[in-house]
Amino acid sequence: MWKWLHPYAKTERAYQLCNTLKPWFWLGALGCLSIGTVWGLLFAPADYQQGDSFRIIYIHVPAAILSMGTYVAMAVAALVGIVWQWRTAFMSMIAMAPVGALMTFIALFTGAAWGKPMWGAWWVWDARLTSELILLFLYFGVMALYAAFDDKQQAGKAAGVMALVGVVNVPIIHYSVEWWNTLHQGATISKFDNPSIAAEMLWPLLINLLGFALFIGAVTGVRLQNEIIRRERHRPWVQQLAAQNLDDKGEKHHAV
Amino acid sequence: MRVLLKGILQRDLTLAFRQKSELMQPLMFLLVVVTLFPLGIGPGPDTLQRIGPGVIWVAAILSSLLGMERLFRDDFADGSLEQMQLSGIPLYQIALCKIITHWFVSFMPLLMLSPLLALFLNLTLPMYTALLLTLLLGTPVISLIGAIAVGLTTGLQRGSLLLALLLIPIFIPLLIFATSAVESAAMQLPYGPQIAIIAAIMLLALALSPFAVSYALKVSQN
Repeated sequence: MWKWLHPYAKTERAYQLCNTLKPWFWLGALGCLSIGTVWGLLFAPADYQQGDSFRIIYIHVPAAILSMGTYVAMAVAALVGIVWQWRTAFMSMIAMAPVGALMTFIALFTGAAWGKPMWGAWWVWDARLTSELILLFLYFGVMALYAAFDDKQQAGKAAGVMALVGVVNVPIIHYSVEWWNTLHQGATISKFDNPSIAAEMLWPLLINLLGFALFIGAVTGVRLQNEIIRRERHRPWVQQLAAQNLDDKGEKHHAV
Repeated sequence: MRVLLKGILQRDLTLAFRQKSELMQPLMFLLVVVTLFPLGIGPGPDTLQRIGPGVIWVAAILSSLLGMERLFRDDFADGSLEQMQLSGIPLYQIALCKIITHWFVSFMPLLMLSPLLALFLNLTLPMYTALLLTLLLGTPVISLIGAIAVGLTTGLQRGSLLLALLLIPIFIPLLIFATSAVESAAMQLPYGPQIAIIAAIMLLALALSPFAVSYALKVSQN
């Protein structure tokens, strides 16, 4: 497996891999998000208690799940980078950070919009809201630490250590705020044997979850490519790529 | 080996106690911050008793951030940290020594000051006992985890604000369990579980932090 994976530690191969995967991720994300969102918002039955307001879960729950998932993915990338000294692992970690922060923000924002009619307040100091907010701070911390260094290789390592410290803390934070104060409704879909949600409500949610995941993958791919180009601009293959791009543009101009 | 480690401990303690102003400033800050709360919220004894433990803990976390940089900054700047690394002692042991000194120097005075703070905020004796226990077990976590972030930012020019941004979210569980223990004590309930969890966090940090610090220092020195 390592033999197969190892070439991708090279930035050029990683760049090419991003290029091959990107169209599929974008297509999949577009497909899943449009099917899931339209199905969820228009055709899924309304909740007997919450009426149509419950439909926010089709955005809120995938964003919330993946905000945590992206943080864990960042920590895994950081660990890979630290253990095997892969520069691309740190690059992909930092490519993921703003996307994960965005997911956290979406989860918080949609939660607030839902909380206003349901709980009667935009914000309550509920356990899950609080732990999501702290997660956002953790993302900010990693990004700020990365931005503080001039030497980006050093920055990647430092941010990686911080991501790992954060990931050890995420469960502790989660349970501590859970005990501290809870108002949020229980998890809806984590109980797979006996989900407390009807199947026709569940399917669009799962499709949207996949769509969000693919979307994160696609955006991370683009950001990783940008990061590689920015860091490796002195390499011959990047300069070749840039020259090629310029040529293509020139040709288009001639054609016009 | 042990002699060398003892030497590092002694040297750090001597240096810390010779720079008395740096030692006192965070404590003064703590005292001033705690004074602000009765002035801002109102001096009602019941109110103060309710917010007291939280205020003391928040002030302790904030004041600890002020002196945190001292952990590695001077040794990093004058190169003695590199010399210590060349001595052949594993870096994590040096880091642990420095963390122990830091805890002793910045939190022992705080513990000694805590009766006064408890008096200011009208805490009862059972509440104060619980507070003292949480401080005793919880403040080492601040030193241990803080050292990782200090190790990472020690090469940076303006690291102190960044340090606060990195560390405050991580200390939240500590704050929650500590204040919850004191609240239980106020209601005459057992607070063993909270203390046990704080102790568990402390032991986890003690087990992992020295290695993270040594890696962080290596990253900083490139």
